Amino acid sequence: MSTVQTKIETASRSLGYRKFSAGQFTFERDEYFAHILYPGGRHLIPIDAYLRSLMRDVAWGFFYGTVNFDTLFGTINRYGTVDMFVGLLNEAYYSANRHYVETFNSRQLRKVFMEMLEDWTNQGFDPFAAPDETGVPFGPKQGSNSKAIHRERMVAKRMVGLPGDLPYRSDATGETVNRQFTDVPQDKPEVYAEPGFENEVHAFNMFAYVSRSDVTWNPSVVSCVRDSQFCCTTEEHILPITHGNDRVEWFIQATDEIIWDIDDGKTGRPRAKVIMKAGDVAAMPADVRHRGYSPKRSMLIVWENNDGTLPQRYAAGELKPYPVEF
Amino acid sequence: MSTPTYFGSLNDFKKGGVTVINDDPKHYVFSNVFEVASKSKPYEKVAVGKNLNYVIEAVRAEGNSPWYACEHDEAALVMDGEVEVHYVKPDRPQTPAGKEGTVKLAGEPAGQKMGWVKVRRGHMALLPKGAAYQFRSAAPGVMLVQTILGDCTVEKWGEICQK
Ligand SMILES: [Fe+2]
Repeated sequence: MSTVQTKIETASRSLGYRKFSAGQFTFERDEYFAHILYPGGRHLIPIDAYLRSLMRDVAWGFFYGTVNFDTLFGTINRYGTVDMFVGLLNEAYYSANRHYVETFNSRQLRKVFMEMLEDWTNQGFDPFAAPDETGVPFGPKQGSNSKAIHRERMVAKRMVGLPGDLPYRSDATGETVNRQFTDVPQDKPEVYAEPGFENEVHAFNMFAYVSRSDVTWNPSVVSCVRDSQFCCTTEEHILPITHGNDRVEWFIQATDEIIWDIDDGKTGRPRAKVIMKAGDVAAMPADVRHRGYSPKRSMLIVWENNDGTLPQRYAAGELKPYPVEF
Repeated sequence: MSTPTYFGSLNDFKKGGVTVINDDPKHYVFSNVFEVASKSKPYEKVAVGKNLNYVIEAVRAEGNSPWYACEHDEAALVMDGEVEVHYVKPDRPQTPAGKEGTVKLAGEPAGQKMGWVKVRRGHMALLPKGAAYQFRSAAPGVMLVQTILGDCTVEKWGEICQK
């Protein structure tokens, strides 16, 4: 495993940004690009897309499976360690043996990523917001936006609103209804619990809760049945990363529409397009990578199975990549 | 004002779909909950999602449902209509220990009334473990139930999914 060293150096062209390294990877940013230097070469990613991807990777603790920043660079969660790669999941790079992979301690790499995000995010740019809602990240270093990048991931233990569980969102908590969901009813369910049953007789307005999310493409758990998690999220513009899950996940489109590009998880070859409208349900097989496009802000329920034994069982072929056969 | 939010309903839904480039559409197990409920009998619990033993069922809410009980938590999300859920704490356990999924009861069990909720589109109700419950809906509605595969789960993927 490689060790992580954070070098406190400024990039050569004194734009004010720090340079970071992890193992044999070096990261620099300039006005428009993140530069990823690795033993095989240098790879560039537009800085807006890079920061948005980095934000998700950090916030989700490397998430389930693979987080592809683009067709070359990404991370694979090994739960405790994480593989960082260039070209590993790109057919051309891999077959020409031009790929590069290094394994890191997850906590150490996350620390470097977090510092990078902190240093490279300029004032006025929120990597979690839709492009129409925030400023631009370009140019030389200008201030910071610590508040935006330190949001906590919201995970309900049982269900939002139960005593001791995730609280509701409201104007009073500063969580206002998003500009694109002003027509989502904010009414409350009628709840009549007999004394002593307040922890059990429970309901809440989930759509209203989701309409008040100020982040995009950032699932938060609202209800659990053991390892079955409903992760609700508001989607607008493009999912910054292309997600290659290490297990089957499902989508339930709650409102509006998302168009998904589905590519093969290993090679990146296109496999399908999936158009989802309100009420549509679809599985994402365990061997694909997916990236969504949401023209209007929409609500999506990402349905995950949090069982920690799954990645191995899918990888070993014990489980088929498709959830249902008919 | 931005584009209105589109919800879909039992009487008015649009459906997307899978366009394959090099794949089988069946791999995406694609269906629409409103379409499924439009063809279901009242309170038929039709699986529209399955992840090993976990399921999501599309349920047409219409009239009074049977009484149900469950060993573990479940959650019901209303996608269309207005539904009441009435809860009873049974005097005696209604389900065998370790039983997974929704269990249909013969009728309302003897026990203590716990209360009730009235939920509309977008509202989610907890169906707490160990409780018995009944749905009541004056007009046809649609719910999604997050639960575990059980005796009441209906699997008819070939009828509901894109092929
Ligand atoms: Fe995903």
